[in-house]
Amino acid sequence: MQLENTSVSLDDESRTPDNAIRAAGQLLIEDELAEPRYVEAMIEAFRDLGPYIVLAPGIAMPHARPDAGAIREGFAVLRLATPVEFGHPENDPVRLVIPLVGSGDHSHIDLLKRLSRVLMDPDAVDTLLTTDDIALVTALFNDLKN
Amino acid sequence: MKIITTCGMGVGTSLMLLMELQAIGAKHGITIDGEALDISSIHGQNCDVIFGSNEIVKSLNDITVPVVGIKNILDKTEIEAKLLEFIRSTATGRE
Repeated sequence: MQLENTSVSLDDESRTPDNAIRAAGQLLIEDELAEPRYVEAMIEAFRDLGPYIVLAPGIAMPHARPDAGAIREGFAVLRLATPVEFGHPENDPVRLVIPLVGSGDHSHIDLLKRLSRVLMDPDAVDTLLTTDDIALVTALFNDLKN
Repeated sequence: MKIITTCGMGVGTSLMLLMELQAIGAKHGITIDGEALDISSIHGQNCDVIFGSNEIVKSLNDITVPVVGIKNILDKTEIEAKLLEFIRSTATGRE
């Protein structure tokens, strides 16, 4: 699994959930993790299924079904310059958008483990929210390989 | 015990939740047989309890199995407290 190439965008100017998911999805496309239609599917899923993708305070993890244009498993990190309301009663507003590409056979479980280990660590989340150094963000996720 | 975790598509939060529940179970010596499923596949599944984020499980009002909602999928303390509470409640119910 290649985490070296995790795309990171800090202080994106999106002001709506749709735009934030689209901007985050763009990182997946650039990284060749997903086709453009996967990004539209993430937005549709958000509209259909609601704001549950805001899985923790300030953190949204949009994703779509793997058959909606996933290329390979992975994720990206998008930080919003201005917190955006996704309509979640408890976990709004969103500061971090982590778009996820999974796989149909759950082989991305390792990736989820690594991801949750970073996101469960308050110090790591604090770094994600405050640093201006993209290398530091990449390093947070890369450190998990050990 | 058998736990089903659920989310919109069965590839994201439900899997994260299941991993967390299994880790907590292991810590307390409880074997958790689990499955992560999307919300549309949940009806008619055989299990002891369903876990999911609050926002997802609030649509499950027509289900006979106990349902536990989680506010913060990344909060081990909340997940652990709710799992142990569920286990205690079933133990009491059987006495």
